Amino acid sequence: MTTRTAEMLMAVVMGLFSVFLMWKSAELEIGWIPDEGPGGGAWPFWLSAIMLLCCVVTLFRWWRRATPESRSTVQFMDKNTRRINYITVGSLVALLVLTHIIGIYFSIFLFLLFYIRFVGRHSWLLTGILSVASPVFLFFFFEAMLKILLPKGYSEPLFYPLYQIIY
Amino acid sequence: MEILDALLQGFATAITPQNLLLMMLGCVIGLFVGAMPGLGSVNGVAILLPVTFLVPPTAAIIFLAAVYYGAMYGGAISSIMLGIPGASTAVATVFDGRPMAMQGKADFALVAAAVGSFVGGTISVILFTLFAPPLADFALKFGPQEEFALMMLAFATFIGLGGDDIPKTLFSIAIGLVFAAVGLDEISGRPRLIFFDLPGFYHGINFLVLAIGIYGIGEILWTLETSQGEVKVSQASFTAKRVLEAFKKLKQSTLTILSSSFLGYFVGILPAAGATPASLMAYGVAKTMAKDPDSFGKGNIAGVAAPETANNAASTGSMLPMITLGIPGSPTTAILLGGMIIWGLRPGPLLFVNNPEFVWGLIGSLYMANLFTVIINIAFIPLFVSVLKLSFTILAPIIFVLCIVGGYAPTQDMHDVWLIVIFGVVFYLLRKLNYPVAPAVLAIVLGPLTERALRQSLVAERGDVMTFVERPLSATILFLAVLLIVLPAIKMMRHRKKREAAAEQDGL
Repeated sequence: MTTRTAEMLMAVVMGLFSVFLMWKSAELEIGWIPDEGPGGGAWPFWLSAIMLLCCVVTLFRWWRRATPESRSTVQFMDKNTRRINYITVGSLVALLVLTHIIGIYFSIFLFLLFYIRFVGRHSWLLTGILSVASPVFLFFFFEAMLKILLPKGYSEPLFYPLYQIIY
Repeated sequence: MEILDALLQGFATAITPQNLLLMMLGCVIGLFVGAMPGLGSVNGVAILLPVTFLVPPTAAIIFLAAVYYGAMYGGAISSIMLGIPGASTAVATVFDGRPMAMQGKADFALVAAAVGSFVGGTISVILFTLFAPPLADFALKFGPQEEFALMMLAFATFIGLGGDDIPKTLFSIAIGLVFAAVGLDEISGRPRLIFFDLPGFYHGINFLVLAIGIYGIGEILWTLETSQGEVKVSQASFTAKRVLEAFKKLKQSTLTILSSSFLGYFVGILPAAGATPASLMAYGVAKTMAKDPDSFGKGNIAGVAAPETANNAASTGSMLPMITLGIPGSPTTAILLGGMIIWGLRPGPLLFVNNPEFVWGLIGSLYMANLFTVIINIAFIPLFVSVLKLSFTILAPIIFVLCIVGGYAPTQDMHDVWLIVIFGVVFYLLRKLNYPVAPAVLAIVLGPLTERALRQSLVAERGDVMTFVERPLSATILFLAVLLIVLPAIKMMRHRKKREAAAEQDGL
C-alpha cells in the first residue's frame, strides 16, 4: 500500500468514526436548553462534527494532492517495518490475553522470554535474568510497596505463600 | 521579600530527605531516559507518573520535574554520540554536536551541552520565581469565562504556531476533547459515550491511557521502525584537564548562552511552542549573531550550547502557565497537569493560595535539580554513553511491560490496558501520516476543564453566549486566539496566490 492510499483510507476510517461518535453523542440532549446552555451531548457532538469536517477537508486536499503524503508513492510500511510491527503488536496482544488467563506475572515472563530471545536474539543467560527478575521486581514493587494487586488469573493460588510473607 | 521567604520555605521542603532522594533518583532516571534515542522527557513522565501515587503530591511533582529536567540534559548525549536526537528537543544539538564528535571533540560538546543546560535552567528558574507569583495573583481575577478563553488560546497556538497540517492538527485536538468527554456528564450526571455498553467506559478515558498509549507503545513502535539500521557510537575520553579546557572554550559563547536562556524561557511559556522550536530558534539566532556563521554545522561549540541552553530554559518556561494558569505549555507539562488533578490538586492560580508548600517546594527543587543534574551529568557521562550501546530489543520489551503495569495501576482495570495498546497502534499510524499527536494529549487533559468552564459560564449567565465577549479579559484572550488561527491561514492563502501567479508567469 502506498502512503497516498494510506492517507485516503485513514481519512475515510476516521470520518466514519466521527459519524459514529456524533450518533453516540446524540443519545444525550445535543440541542440548546433555554436558560442553561448546551445539553449534555452537545459538546462531544459538535467536536465530532469538527473531526468529520477535518477528515472531509483532508480528503479534499488528498484529491487535490495538496499534502505531502497524498503525493507520496512510497510504501506506507516497508517489509521490515511490517514484520517488526506484526511481531511486536502480536506479542503485546498475546501478553494481554494471557494476562486474563495465567495472570500478569507469568505473562510478562513469557513475553520477555519471547522478545529478548527470539526477536532480539540475545543470549539465554541475559534472557533468563531479565525475564525472571522483571516480574519478581514488579511483584514486590506493586504488591508489597504500593499495595496494588495486579491480575493473576488462574495462577492466583501460587501466590498465597507470598502474600503471607509480605502482609 | 515575600518571594524570598516563600522560596526559602520551598528550599526547606525540597531538602527533606525523602524529597532530596526522589529528586536525585529523578535526575538519574531522566538522564537515562533522555539519553536513549527516541525517548524524551514526555515519555519518561508519562510512563513513570503511575508509580508516583505512592508518595505525597509534593514529592511526586519534585520527582517528575527532576525526570523532566534530567531528560532535557540527557537528550544531548545521544544527539552528540549517535547523531540521533535523544528527543525532538535535541534535534538542533545534532547539527554541530555530531560533527564535533566526529572530530574527536565529543567531550567538549557534552560539556558545552551540560553547562548550557545548567545556565539556561538556572536563569529560567530565577525568571520563573519572579514572574509566577504576580501572574498567579493576576489570574485570581479569572472566572470560568476567562478559563475557557485561555483554553481556546492554548488550542489556537497549536493551530497557529504548531506548523503542522491545520486540518490534521484540529482533528487531533477534537479527538482528544471527545475522548475526554467519555464517562459521566458532570452537569446532568448521565452516562455519555459508553461504547458498546462496556462498563470500563463509565470511569471515562483517563488521560494517562492516551498518554501512555502514544508516548509509550506508539513511540516504541516508531523507534523500532526508525532504528532498524546499525548505529555507531562515537568515542569520548574524559579527563579533568579536557573538561577545564572545554570550559575555557565555552567562555567565548557566554553571550550566546545568555541570550538563548531568555529566548528559550519566553518561547517555552507559549503553549504548543515548547522546547523543540525554542532550541531550533536559539540555534538560528546563535548562527546569525556569530562572527563566523559558516562554521555552524561543522562543529561550532556555540551551536551545541545554544539549543541545549534554550531547551532547558523552555522546559522551565512551560511550567509557568501550568502552575499559574492551569494551562500546560508542552505535552510534558500537560501530563504533569493531569497528574496534579489525580493527586487531588486544582491547577491554576489558587494553587499559590491553597497549596503554597507544593508550589514553592517545586520551585525550590528546580534550583537544586539543576545543580544535581549538571554534577551527575558531567561526573557520569561515560556511564550514560554506555546506555547508548544497550540494544533496543532489550529496552523495547521492558518499556512495554512498564507501560502495561503502569497503565493498569491507576484504575486497576484491564479495560484501560487494552485501550492503551489500541491507542498506541492507532496513533502510531496517524503519526506516520503526519497527524500531530501532542495536541490530542493536551486536549484530553484540558477537555474536562474546558467543558466545565464553558458550561459553568453559560449556566451562570442563563445561556447567554455574549458573556464571553462582554468581559474585557476573556474578550481580549479570545481575540488573541482568533488572531493566532487567522494569521497563518491568511499567510497560507497569500503564499498560494503568489505561487499561482508565479506558475502563470512560468506558463507564459
